[in-house]
Amino acid sequence: MESGIDLQSSAIQLLVDLGLPSALAKVLWLPLPMALMLVVATVGVLIAVWLERKISAAVQQRYGPEYAGPLGVLQPVADGLKLLFKEDIVPDRADPWLFTIGPAIVVIPVFLSYLIVPFGQNLVVTDLGIGAFLWISLSSVTPIGLLMSGYSSNNKYALIGGLRAAAQSISYEIPLALSVLAIVMMSNSLSTIDIVNQQADHGILGWNIWRQPVGFIIFWISALAETERLPFDLPEAEEELVAGYQTEYTGMKFALFYLGSYVNLILSALLFSVFYLGGWSFPIPVNTLAAWIGVSPDVAWVQVITAAIGITMVLVKTYALVFLAILLRWTTPRVRIDQLLNLGWKFLLPVSLANLLITAGLKLAFPVAFGG
Amino acid sequence: MTLAEGTQLVSFGVLTLTTIVAALGVVLLENIVYSAFLLGGVFISIAGMYLLLNADFVAAAQILVYVGAVNVLILFAIMLVNKREPLAPLKNAWVRQGLTALVCLGLFALLGTVAITTSWNVLPEAPVVGDTALRLGEHFFSDFLLPFELASVLLLIAMIGAIVLARREFIPDARTGDGDPNLIFRLPERPRDPVAPEPLEPISK
Repeated sequence: MESGIDLQSSAIQLLVDLGLPSALAKVLWLPLPMALMLVVATVGVLIAVWLERKISAAVQQRYGPEYAGPLGVLQPVADGLKLLFKEDIVPDRADPWLFTIGPAIVVIPVFLSYLIVPFGQNLVVTDLGIGAFLWISLSSVTPIGLLMSGYSSNNKYALIGGLRAAAQSISYEIPLALSVLAIVMMSNSLSTIDIVNQQADHGILGWNIWRQPVGFIIFWISALAETERLPFDLPEAEEELVAGYQTEYTGMKFALFYLGSYVNLILSALLFSVFYLGGWSFPIPVNTLAAWIGVSPDVAWVQVITAAIGITMVLVKTYALVFLAILLRWTTPRVRIDQLLNLGWKFLLPVSLANLLITAGLKLAFPVAFGG
Repeated sequence: MTLAEGTQLVSFGVLTLTTIVAALGVVLLENIVYSAFLLGGVFISIAGMYLLLNADFVAAAQILVYVGAVNVLILFAIMLVNKREPLAPLKNAWVRQGLTALVCLGLFALLGTVAITTSWNVLPEAPVVGDTALRLGEHFFSDFLLPFELASVLLLIAMIGAIVLARREFIPDARTGDGDPNLIFRLPERPRDPVAPEPLEPISK
């Protein structure tokens, strides 16, 4: 499966052919994928915010944004500009240092996690051996930022919101990690590339969603809880806590929270599609399609089409999941905090442990189907 | 010096600096919340050190366990008992501080001597380990099996202890108005489902 376009080596080769030393060529190449990933994440957020506004409007039988651009597509840009120009207020009795660092600590791990999101065989910032584990450990840093901003706001609602956010994210991290572990066990690797390749053989039938029918539900519930989306948005429950840990924030600092939550939502959807929906693979394997029309999959133009299909597939799957998350947000009521913690500790944790055990047993019993 | 070596050197310097400064901040700052947050910084810098040593799995585990769990729990504990009361100044505080500094300096001298006198050339050339998770697993289930299992027993004991503590619930209202001196040293317990053969006597009279 080492086929496909390798942009990195081609670009470096191109620069070397232009007469640059190879070390300089590598240095020039290095920031490109990272900057590209930042742009992809930010544009993804703009799209998700627009979808949120439009879908919520459709759910409530309204029109939603209309005037900023065709169908209101520029509305998220207008939102962002508005937040950018707002006055940056630090409350009088707040702790200015922690108040400023808090939002940054929330956002940085989320963006760092994009390191491991693959859009194709070689279309990934870096193929780490600990890929999935890196995401889980980075997402565990976020509660520190939430606690920090909740505490430093010097506001009881903010403090309660921060504590709730930390409790929720610690509780749901465990079922999330256990459901990912079941996937990792079937793939024999933590690398996201290997996880996709292991599902790529039989088209849509080979996707992990058929082999992990319980696991993907646990993953989705936990991912919604980790991203603090309704029905699990207790940290910012408006009726109880004003806005939770964001109560005192405004301007760019608030925008960081806002950005972070949407980037996190898209990241969760991307990783859901990687773990359970075969990542960049088409429902019918592209190699099979190429064989049907009688071209070799190694021809250059076929490879370009394959890469394009791969990126499109990842985005289609991701935004289908984002659509589902938005629909859930606007149609379900919020759970109570005790229901939330009971669900996490007393239901999802045992179920995910049992799922892991059953997966291990099935892997031993049917090594062909469960990646022995 | 190649690019990779330069990056490693700069990262090592930055990580060392942040580790030492943050650790000093943990000890020296008066505000306990700052100390707790800086402790998270120390843990993250140590994780960066592990990364420089090619131990990526250990680095991620360090962040997950120490930053994501231990440090968050410390912060939780601090914020739930967030009493801002002025501490009474201790008499002769400098004696304690001096003793602590002495012990710390002694430890530092000891460790420094060990670090200098040990010959670190165990292997002529560090072998490149491809899949660190795989190698860790192999070691855990062969030559490090006993420490691994002992650690899990330790965690089990801690968990049972935590559950036993959490099942007791201190109810201050239950004790008001009764003059029974025997009850003072017992924590009133939440009524349980009858698991034991004889049910406990109700405490609130």
